[in-house]
Amino acid sequence: MKIRGKVIKYGDNIDTDVIIPARYLNTHDPSELAKHCMEDIDRTFHSRVKPGDIIVAGKNFGCGSSREHAPIAIKASGISCVIAETFARIFYRNAINIGLPILECPEAAKAINDGDEVAVDLAAGKIYNLTSGCEYTAAPFPDFMQEIINADGLMGYIKRKAAKATES
Amino acid sequence: MAMTMTQKILADHAGLEYVVPGQLIKAKVDMVLGNDITSPVAISEFRKTGFKKVFDVNKIAIVPDHFTPNKDIKSAEQVRYIREFVKEMGIVHFFEVGQMGVEHALLPEKGLVVAGDVVIGADSHTCTYGALGAFSTGVGSTDMAAAMATGEAWFKVPEAIKFILKGKPGRWVSGKDIILHIIGMIGVDGALYKSMEFTGDGISHLGMDDRFTIANMAIEAGAKNGIFPVDEKTIEYMKEHSTKPYKIYEADEDAEYSKVYTIDFSEIKPTVAFPHLPENTRTIDQVGDIKIHQVVIGSCTNGRISDLRIAAEVMKGRKVHPDVRCIIIPATQKIWKQAMKEGLFDIFIDAGAAISTPTCGPCLGGHMGILAKGERAVATTNRNFVGRMGHTESEVYLASPAIAAASAIAGRIASPDEL
Ligand code: SF4
Repeated sequence: MKIRGKVIKYGDNIDTDVIIPARYLNTHDPSELAKHCMEDIDRTFHSRVKPGDIIVAGKNFGCGSSREHAPIAIKASGISCVIAETFARIFYRNAINIGLPILECPEAAKAINDGDEVAVDLAAGKIYNLTSGCEYTAAPFPDFMQEIINADGLMGYIKRKAAKATES
Repeated sequence: MAMTMTQKILADHAGLEYVVPGQLIKAKVDMVLGNDITSPVAISEFRKTGFKKVFDVNKIAIVPDHFTPNKDIKSAEQVRYIREFVKEMGIVHFFEVGQMGVEHALLPEKGLVVAGDVVIGADSHTCTYGALGAFSTGVGSTDMAAAMATGEAWFKVPEAIKFILKGKPGRWVSGKDIILHIIGMIGVDGALYKSMEFTGDGISHLGMDDRFTIANMAIEAGAKNGIFPVDEKTIEYMKEHSTKPYKIYEADEDAEYSKVYTIDFSEIKPTVAFPHLPENTRTIDQVGDIKIHQVVIGSCTNGRISDLRIAAEVMKGRKVHPDVRCIIIPATQKIWKQAMKEGLFDIFIDAGAAISTPTCGPCLGGHMGILAKGERAVATTNRNFVGRMGHTESEVYLASPAIAAASAIAGRIASPDEL
């Protein structure tokens, strides 16, 4: 999957309470959630985000609660990929499980600036900063996670496995 | 192959002789948990994918606790959606208002988790049950959905950090101060993806409630889980609360740890985490003069009976400061009843505090005590992120029940010794 978009950049420890505040968790409708994505840290996010845009952030992105509403809100906002120095672990697995592409790459996360134009080749783990001309390599996904992503998330993966098991 | 306590539990549940850090495994789960925020997402995933039955009606616990008793129509709709699913599937452990408590206080109390279990919960503080010597960790709603369907979850086997606990805690030093001290020391990503394994003879000075508090906040250091060895106190607790068989795992003597810290309880002072991260800690003597508007004593971190006893001890015969609202939320119905029987409510009410039915409520800025712009709260909860308890320009200071109760009286962050 090839991804290309403009970067919206944030700092360290972006927690799930600012990604989607708890006061909006009385719904799980993705488009409703998207309306409030990032609003406690960045009131302009919802108005300026465009389909395909990429979030780049510092350390421990997505720390805090286990709410899957956080990656869901980001994905429903049109964000195509999140690149960070590191991710909090529950956010990491949630993003994989719902099919939001994420890449851990400290060099890229540090060097890329807000507003840069970036392209990503997920399968190869390559990140290209089209604005600066720099190129970065993130650790590729282990096979097992690649399988989950290819099956469009964890539930698709399980269904596929179940179907295979009944065939044989 | 030497293994840590967590690695041994995972290996056993994956049907493997041994596991190594970084290995991806599928493990059987003994309990799957969800709440009123995360279960609806899990249920719609489960339904979308077309599964007809859950893997085991006795191994799923659903606790609507965040916005209950329902605070608005949307929240009520979410719980109705859950209720219909629970009935259709025949899920046994569903806790309605009236039996409900904050999930992580409720599950151990109901005996649904014991030593040696693998538990996943669609709530980040599922790591609380490590206090019992179980492997428990927070996951997302899709993981919950998958586990409800298959009884399994995928894990990356974590490395571990060892915390050798020694010495005896001083007056007013509790599990909360110990874990805040540790998070202040290693940072909010200090244990990212790792297990925090606690060991050492200092543990014998900690009651189960203190251990629950410490394991509860392992996630605030980024950890996958926090885990305590099983001793007489753990066994006594399990005998009192559960009929489930338990299994005791011990780390191998020569297990590998990525880091080892020694923590001497006698050197820890009451500790407060300043906004807006749990790692921004200061000891009580360095706090300065911070006026407050609200105190919340409750949550899955510190809403247990010993927490309420300490708060009552501090508040007895005193009055809540006129500029402060003090809200006390026993974490479960059983704790509520016990506190009432012991006369703690008389103390709280005479002091001018409000007592709520069990709920997460203000802990996540849901209801029952939301902060206005510019207001400050001292809370016994576990997170003080921007906007966590209300307005984005409000502030939350995390502290123990003793400090919270003393602050309610003083009108500023204070130690009971200053009253
Ligand atoms: S009390 Fe707070 S931290 Fe605990 S489960 Fe409820 S919202 Fe989460």
